[in-house]
Amino acid sequence: MEEKVTNVLLSGVGGQGTILASDILCSVFHEIGYDVKKSEVHGMAQRGGDVTTHFRFGKKVYSPLIKYGDADFLISFELLEGLRYINWVKKGGKVLLNHQEVYPPAVNLGKMKYPEDVARTFKKLFKGNAFVIKALDIAVKCGDARAINIVTLGAFSKFFDIKDEIWERNLLQHLPEKVHQLNLDAFREGKMAV
Amino acid sequence: MEKILQGNYAIARGAWEAGVKVACAYPGTPSSEIIFAISSQYKKDIQAEWSPNEKVALEVAIGASFAGARALACMKHVGLNVASDPFMTLSYTGVKGGLVIVVADDPYAHSSQNEQDSRHWARFGKVPMIEPSDSQECKDFTKLAFDLSEQFDTPVLMRTETRISHSFSPVLLEDRRESLIPIGLDLKDAPKYTMVPIYVRMRRVVVEERMKKLEAFADEFKYNVMEINDPKIGVITSGVCYNYAKEVFPNHSYLKLGMVWPLPKKIIREFFAKVKKVIIVEQLDPFLETEIRAMGYKIFHGKDVLPSLYEFNPEIIEKAIKGKRYKPPKERINVDELPKRPPNLCSACSHRPFFYALKKLGVFVFGDIGCYTLAAAPPLNAVHSTVCMGAGVGGAFGASKALGKEGLGKVCSVIGDSTFLHGGITPLMDIVYNKGNATTIILDNRTTGMTGLQEHPGTGFTITGEETNQIDLEVLVRALGVKHVRKVDPYHIKETMEVIKEEIERDEPSVIITVNGPCMLHRREKRKFEHPYYEIEIGNCRGCGMCLDIGCPAISWREVMGEEALTTDGHKRKGVVSINRLQCPGCGVCQQICKFESIVPGKA
Repeated sequence: MEEKVTNVLLSGVGGQGTILASDILCSVFHEIGYDVKKSEVHGMAQRGGDVTTHFRFGKKVYSPLIKYGDADFLISFELLEGLRYINWVKKGGKVLLNHQEVYPPAVNLGKMKYPEDVARTFKKLFKGNAFVIKALDIAVKCGDARAINIVTLGAFSKFFDIKDEIWERNLLQHLPEKVHQLNLDAFREGKMAV
Repeated sequence: MEKILQGNYAIARGAWEAGVKVACAYPGTPSSEIIFAISSQYKKDIQAEWSPNEKVALEVAIGASFAGARALACMKHVGLNVASDPFMTLSYTGVKGGLVIVVADDPYAHSSQNEQDSRHWARFGKVPMIEPSDSQECKDFTKLAFDLSEQFDTPVLMRTETRISHSFSPVLLEDRRESLIPIGLDLKDAPKYTMVPIYVRMRRVVVEERMKKLEAFADEFKYNVMEINDPKIGVITSGVCYNYAKEVFPNHSYLKLGMVWPLPKKIIREFFAKVKKVIIVEQLDPFLETEIRAMGYKIFHGKDVLPSLYEFNPEIIEKAIKGKRYKPPKERINVDELPKRPPNLCSACSHRPFFYALKKLGVFVFGDIGCYTLAAAPPLNAVHSTVCMGAGVGGAFGASKALGKEGLGKVCSVIGDSTFLHGGITPLMDIVYNKGNATTIILDNRTTGMTGLQEHPGTGFTITGEETNQIDLEVLVRALGVKHVRKVDPYHIKETMEVIKEEIERDEPSVIITVNGPCMLHRREKRKFEHPYYEIEIGNCRGCGMCLDIGCPAISWREVMGEEALTTDGHKRKGVVSINRLQCPGCGVCQQICKFESIVPGKA
């Protein structure tokens, strides 16, 4: 096993399912033998604020927080929230972006503009290491807009050599049975999106 | 079996494994999940409760302990302020069944009204405090805390903070072991539990002797651990700070303190003998540093470089210690210029129209602790003071005393249902008793909202979902002597404004209670709105922005040009508004504000 700790930063907006996605990541990487830690800010997340989750795995993980500028991966469920954490990604790190805009209050009030061309900014700065998916469209196609987190997770799974069976079993463990098929579809479609 | 648990869930597990029988709390971020986890997973063995406030929570735990049961009380840092009265004397009485108080600090005040370093309570109250650094330790330390409590006849404080309580890591699960202490009260225990002066003076001696024994024990405590690596620099630290420091300085030597009070002086001396220079890494106050300096040691670095405020992370520690040698990662873009995303009241929240009404009336609002503090933010800007739970009610009374008759119509207090029951009843009693005229507004959203929808004595349900007595707020406030009690539907702005105006101008105590405004996230109670959503009559919208004054997350404004810059009937406009259908539950508040009838009900 690698000594090195891998850092995954997840960002999004309250209600986008960041926390569930990181729960699943925790169980998958723990199952294949890694020490894992994950940290998130609760409390006001449900009130539309931004949500970030730090997920880390390795032989031994100390800090529950990633060091600024040290993320190997940034997964963002929303474009502006991706941009907000762009400097957290280390040189050579990978970025997975869900192409979706959720306006913050200052934009809603017409006081500020939503940043333009976020996806292009990432492509320019990260070249082949920036991956942009339309998780919302895919989730809607699978039957529920809320599955964007699982679609994105499906895309993220492509970066690792872990058996589908492990991903899918852990995924289902975190979800009620009536949405199993929908989320399996979302995960599989997500995999094909990158 | 190993399972990934949140720190708070690990504490709950630890309590269960330790044979705890009674667990009490009032919700408070970041501690709320502990009792929830106990009530949902271990209710067969542990009687859990949401207490009306932290003081009551601790008092119930104390009674259980005196009767021989292991008991747990959990709270956030400011909760221990509320519970400090029983806490300080509990130190004298000691315990029978083990009693542990979990206190969760919130550096950076992610969801709090202040930053407090709870370690001071241990020194102040003369009780031991332990501090876990991950979920495994949360579980192990909880169990250990109960053993210590019984062994030394003392309450034990366990301090966590946001990154311990809300982080997840693997935990090895074990079985429950019942406590060996028999359940039962003994009349002969009276001198130990009755803190009247004669017994106080006896127990006072016991407290000091206990601290001496605990100091000796601290040097044997297996979770005060030295790791000698490179002896050039040694780091003394505890809790989550240990993990941050290990991350950035893996080669330094460490003294990791599992017990932060009393300090293991012998081990500290040994550590100073083994390393050349010592750095102390601790979040918030220089607690360890002050004590260690008082032992006569020189510190290489501590609060001279590390901040005393806000929350730490690996970068802050690295930057502070390395100073000029620290090389920050390259910035790709300046993210400070991006629009922020502060928390907001939910779409269709019943607080929004109420605060809009208050804003229109230009009243000074003494607020309280809860979701409604979000109304302090723009564009509502309708909360003008927030101190602690219950403070608003007394605050409005105090202000009305200062202002005299001039103050009529200018001031009121706003408090939530859960918060009113927590700390609002006694100040309201004061208003009536001392012939005040302040108006108290109870925004009854039928739950404890901000902390994640916990039951309270006004909801009619216990923590486990069992039906119970439901306090009738109107009957309660009338019993206190309030003669003018009004109920309003907060979604009707005009009527709400009239009621508020009448009551704040009245030269007598009054209470306004909102009805039919359950929290939008409430699972059991839902407000039925007349229409499924609202939409903008785009040809008619003048783009005036009146509807933006409520700060609804579903409403947005955009600039228009050319043909779009005219309404259908030829009025010039600079922009138009739109409503995001997915985010609009149809409360209709914006429709009441629009002067041009441009907001209309959408069709199902």
